[in-house]
Amino acid sequence: MIKYLIIDDEPLARAIVKEYLQPYSDFELLQECNDGFEGVKAIQHQNPDLIFLDIQMPKITGFEMLDLIEKLPAIIFTTAFDEYAMKAFDSNAIDYLLKPFSKERFDKAIQKWRLQKENSKQVESLREVFKNLLPQNDEQFRVVVKTGNQIRIISISEISCIEACDDYVKIHTDAEVFMKKKTMSFYESVLNEKEFVRVHRSFIINLSQIKRIELMEKESYCALLKSGVKIPLSKSGYTRLKDVLGI
Amino acid sequence: MRVTKSPGLFSSLLLLLTVTLLWSFLHAFGLYWSGLSWQFAIIDSAISNLLNVFVVFILFNALRFYQPTPKKLFYVFIWNIILAKAVTIIFSYLFEHLFTEIFIQEKALINSTLIFRVAYETFLLTSFSLFMYLWNNFKSQQESLMRKSALEKISKEAELYNLRQQLQPHFLFNSLNSISALAGSQPELARKMIQQLSDFLRGTLKNDEQQFATMTDELEQLRLYLEIEKVRFGHRMNTEIYCEYECLQMKLPSFILQPIVENAIKFGLYGSLGEVFIRIKILCKENYLHIQVQNPFDFLVAKTQKGTGFGLNSVQRRLFLLFSRNDLLKCEADEKEFTATIKIPQL
Repeated sequence: MIKYLIIDDEPLARAIVKEYLQPYSDFELLQECNDGFEGVKAIQHQNPDLIFLDIQMPKITGFEMLDLIEKLPAIIFTTAFDEYAMKAFDSNAIDYLLKPFSKERFDKAIQKWRLQKENSKQVESLREVFKNLLPQNDEQFRVVVKTGNQIRIISISEISCIEACDDYVKIHTDAEVFMKKKTMSFYESVLNEKEFVRVHRSFIINLSQIKRIELMEKESYCALLKSGVKIPLSKSGYTRLKDVLGI
Repeated sequence: MRVTKSPGLFSSLLLLLTVTLLWSFLHAFGLYWSGLSWQFAIIDSAISNLLNVFVVFILFNALRFYQPTPKKLFYVFIWNIILAKAVTIIFSYLFEHLFTEIFIQEKALINSTLIFRVAYETFLLTSFSLFMYLWNNFKSQQESLMRKSALEKISKEAELYNLRQQLQPHFLFNSLNSISALAGSQPELARKMIQQLSDFLRGTLKNDEQQFATMTDELEQLRLYLEIEKVRFGHRMNTEIYCEYECLQMKLPSFILQPIVENAIKFGLYGSLGEVFIRIKILCKENYLHIQVQNPFDFLVAKTQKGTGFGLNSVQRRLFLLFSRNDLLKCEADEKEFTATIKIPQL
């Protein structure tokens, strides 16, 4: 049996997916999810083979939801939202259905997925797609993170610094630290360069959080943040910081 | 800068000088022609026209900043008489103190014709005032014409913008998707929704020309919109509309209501989980139409969503264009509720 989930905030939009899947006897619906929060839980607990995912949903978008999941299932996007560069999907092993879609188009998507099911490259290429997609998306006013069972939405202005940590980054706010599976260069390109500066190979800092810049040793500086943390500045990082601050 | 500016000033000064000299010449010639000595004619002309230049200058400055209504023109006339009288008095005073000895014969003439002098001065000043009045009127009319055409142009843009808003692809495609879903399971409902969507779209096309609509029309358009949204979100969206009876005939800019409600729905539904209550309250107070739209939202989500202006900028702009006021839209937010209020002055 192929286990699937439908994640969409409109009941009628879920109904049509169910209706189109009725003739497929080997498909089993695990759950219908109203939003990304339910989606994250359901994916983690029920391990679906395939999900049908809407993009614009309450509180967090479909993309943000996917960002919170470690092991991605196969995904077919169902959305009316073509503001995202949907073309990016064409070249990948993922399919998307633009609402309203026909039964024929839907069947084709299922067909395509069946053919590529064995190909485990899909998940990796999906990550690649996100890397290209998110910088174009102008919603980078926030970061959605998961801590334990909780999903948190952090406003960009709350972030004091971002620290590299193997495959992850640590996102520091005044009181907390969150882990996120992203790269430093991703944040470097996404965040406003007038507010955030890469001051070191392993650090991006929020300029408004800097208390002062101190001399550590001869010709080596560090930035003291309001939270009391000291961040080392590399030579090129120090130059970049001076450039942005205009000193 | 100076080089480009000075010719204008120079040429207007030249014009003033030419007109004054020409007028003075006519004045002197007139006196001489009527049988007076040319010395007297020149001095009379010089003194009175110098005074005239001075008074006209005062009038010019006064009327530049004060635009009398037609009713108040009478006062301007009175002022002109007073000024004419003053000019005449100063003239005779100057004449008496400076030239009495030279022009003994003419003194009697001057004293006996003072009343004509006042009349002449009044005529001159009134002509000038009238000219200024008409000129100012002409200019302000031209200005308001220009403003009007600018307003028309921008409101056209607003109209187009609104049309784009109405036909927001997101709304349209999701509605069509709902219809598609209903067509399979509940064809009757699908048909009804197609009807509603058509009516709504027709409504957005109909009001092309009109800038204002009655509350009744706007509510009808809003009802269609809400019916469609309820098919999509009926399971979690509730709306409540309260409208005072007297408000129904009041006028408001067409399509101003729907973007506000759309915004409330967007932030209400996408900013929170679970059931959402949208409250719309329409009241008339002191010659204003008050429209209040309230939606629940999550402060944090709203803060971090793109566009912190809550998508109401276009509404604000339109109100400004129509009423030249920036205080007609008010947004208030606390932790859980967002309230947008607009006031429409009833003209």
